[in-house]
Amino acid sequence: MNSLAKLLEAALFASPRPIPVEELAALDSDTSAKDVRAALDELKALFEADGGHGVELVEQGGGWQILTRPEYTEAIERARMAIRPQRLSGAALETLAIIAYRQPIGRAEIADIRGVDAGAILKSLLERGLVDVVARGEGLGRPLLYGTTPLFLEHFALRHLEELPRVDELAIALRREPQPL
Amino acid sequence: MDELTAVAPAAPNYEGSFVVELAHFNGPLDLLLSLIRDEKIDIYDIPIARVCEQFLARMRDFALNDAAEYLEMAARLLRIKAHMLLPRHEGEEGWEDPRAELVRRLLEYQQMREVVFVLERLGEDRRNRFARTYSQELTAPPQAPLALSLAELLVAVDRVLRAARKPALHEVVPRALDVDGAIVTIRAVLALRHSARWRDVVRANAEPWEVLSALLALLELARRNELSLVQPKPFADVEISRELAGEAA
Repeated sequence: MNSLAKLLEAALFASPRPIPVEELAALDSDTSAKDVRAALDELKALFEADGGHGVELVEQGGGWQILTRPEYTEAIERARMAIRPQRLSGAALETLAIIAYRQPIGRAEIADIRGVDAGAILKSLLERGLVDVVARGEGLGRPLLYGTTPLFLEHFALRHLEELPRVDELAIALRREPQPL
Repeated sequence: MDELTAVAPAAPNYEGSFVVELAHFNGPLDLLLSLIRDEKIDIYDIPIARVCEQFLARMRDFALNDAAEYLEMAARLLRIKAHMLLPRHEGEEGWEDPRAELVRRLLEYQQMREVVFVLERLGEDRRNRFARTYSQELTAPPQAPLALSLAELLVAVDRVLRAARKPALHEVVPRALDVDGAIVTIRAVLALRHSARWRDVVRANAEPWEVLSALLALLELARRNELSLVQPKPFADVEISRELAGEAA
């Protein structure tokens, strides 16, 4: 393993969050993003060599992160060494889905699509850091407009929002275009 | 209101429909969609009277009567039903299906449900992997190196002082130095002998003010060329002599 791969391994081990390639490149002034990608590939291959390790290198949430393999989750949780976060409710997932596709979007428009007010759910999503206020609308009262956060990507193991299925890939294509802001 | 009671007869006539838990519905659109799915209804040609009837029946079954959103949807369905009953002529221009808006909303909602399935799958996959310190207790950001505000520091000092025993208070009397007195003393000593040392001009057990007065007097006299101060080597006694270096030469 070359010294850059070792440095990256140490940084990834130390960080509780996914680290973007640019930040990894900043670890060493002589290193380009291209070098980092090559070293990450090497590291990933190492984690997978000989039937793999208990952890693996995963690209998600806008960066790279070392994660445990799913098959050990139960045992770890049973021993209470780490605990899985709570599942999101159906209503929370609906609200997140709408925000992810229509951001920036206001509370009224979310309620319009869901047919139910989303005030309480929005509040808890804000508290969990999955959405954030990203702008203010032009309409009456200049409503707060919400968007998804990097933690949203991490929560759903997405590299970026474009990884979500495109609207025209869904079984039912929406007839109305998303409203321009 | 007559119509509402009329279409919600005592015996719900949707036998064969499966039983759904109340908590399964995320709102009136969800309920409506599940109804359409169960009854295998073509979403583009909803038999509005039948759907409206079953919607109201399910509302009552699941005790959703109080939920404003469900009532609003029920009212909307009844309104569409009434519109459908209005007579219209064959080939009439500009006639718009009163169900169109409802269909659009249902499709939009169904599309969003599809995204929810995707998110559910992705979220579950991620949930089953731990990152370092992923668990909730450990997600607090790492502690920065100790950084205290002045207020915090003062509170801490206050806490320590409170715990300490009451300090003994001394009264401090200001005492002026007596440089002139010391000059007189030094001159008197040097009148008797050529040279003297520090302990000749300062008595033993001298008070600090006497020591300081003697020091300042010596420096003052040296400045006035009345005496010379010589230290032959480091840490040796300082020789105070009447003869100035220049005169001796």
